[in-house]
Amino acid sequence: MSLVLEGFLNTVALTLLSFCGALLVGLLVAVLRIVPVPLLRAIGAVYVEVWRNIPLLAWLVLFVFGLPEVGVTMPLFWTAFLAISLYEAAFVAEALRSGVNSVASGQGEAARALGLSLRQSLRHVVLPQASRRVVQPLANIAIALTMATALAGVVGVVDMTRAAQRINLELAQPLLVFTGVGLCYLVMAAGIGFGARALERRLA
Amino acid sequence: MFDAPGPRSRRRVFWVSAVSASVLAGLVALGLRQFALNGQLDPARWRPYLTWPVWRYLLDGLGSTVLAACATGVLAAAGGLVLALRPNRFTRAYAEVMRTVPVLLLVYVMLFVLPSFGVNLPLFWKLVVPLALSHAASYAVIFRAGVSSVDPGQREAGLSLGMPDGVVTRFVVLPQAVRHMTPLLVTQAVSLLKDTSLGYVVSYTELLFNGRVLANYNGLLIQTFIVVAFVYLVVNLGLSRLAHRLEAARARTAR
Repeated sequence: MSLVLEGFLNTVALTLLSFCGALLVGLLVAVLRIVPVPLLRAIGAVYVEVWRNIPLLAWLVLFVFGLPEVGVTMPLFWTAFLAISLYEAAFVAEALRSGVNSVASGQGEAARALGLSLRQSLRHVVLPQASRRVVQPLANIAIALTMATALAGVVGVVDMTRAAQRINLELAQPLLVFTGVGLCYLVMAAGIGFGARALERRLA
Repeated sequence: MFDAPGPRSRRRVFWVSAVSASVLAGLVALGLRQFALNGQLDPARWRPYLTWPVWRYLLDGLGSTVLAACATGVLAAAGGLVLALRPNRFTRAYAEVMRTVPVLLLVYVMLFVLPSFGVNLPLFWKLVVPLALSHAASYAVIFRAGVSSVDPGQREAGLSLGMPDGVVTRFVVLPQAVRHMTPLLVTQAVSLLKDTSLGYVVSYTELLFNGRVLANYNGLLIQTFIVVAFVYLVVNLGLSRLAHRLEAARARTAR
């Protein structure tokens, strides 16, 4: 039974940490894609396209088996964390960017016409309006990320899905085990949805 | 969102570009040095990827990937259509569950649970069925959005001409909805193609699995998986570009 707990805790930890990592990197990439410097924009665009168009499992395999080959070794859990964070960061960046772009351009123009600097107009006009609109897309990414952590099980991290498969080998009660794990994922997603709605209400 | 740059901000853009270009070059150099120190840049380790047999093996895998993606796409689209056109408590619950349960879990059910109940499908279907079950929910969302994007007046006009409900749906609403949905459908195809990489788990000989076989055979781990990732990138980038062009074309005709 300790395997269940280990798997569950690993999934929760991996989800929370990777989401924080993805938010951080995604924010950086979104800024790169918005600033008026062509080179930085190009870097941001290339990042998003490269990470988004290659399957997460390919990234995980590349990181877990490839990094030691070039002399970078770290614990398995953190390698998975790195790959998942960087992968989901591309989606976070796109969500943030489209949130900022969804603010009507007249808002930014009005702020400029009033003589606000770029920083002021971002801080007081654009970002407050954008923040409300990105909550739901970010919650969807968080739910997708919860599901994505299951792939870490394929490369050896004992997550919930992996634990379920191993327990099933011992207990041979597939219906119970897999339904239970499925329910755990449902509960986690429900929690994320609940949190997102609460956050949305506070920002509104 | 920005004013046209004046001389001062143009100077600033120049310096920011210069600094970030050197930082980027530094990072790339650091990465290459790490590769070189561990002998991964040795031409002998990359040369196999200039030979036809290796590429034929990988392209074989790509073919299987595309085949699995197409089969999944057809099944999932059919399922999604049913889910979207018959909104009731069951279909909504189904979509909600599939949105939150990892495909891998469904794959494991296929691999380890169903055989003990006497259901043992061929490898291809062990990959395609879970993917289709999960993607059907995404297709349902796309279809529902597409159908609701059609002006309700269109349906009313059809009904007032005396067409039966099913005929209106099939010949008036869906054709217009499909036009709205095509970009999203192409984007969905990218995510489908990426998900077929689960063939790695099922041992279905798709691109990523073939990469694993190849890496085990020639021991060129990092090179193989970089090439595999590159193939995924090229294919999916092509599809993404297509989605972009379709979206732009749709925006033009909508005006």
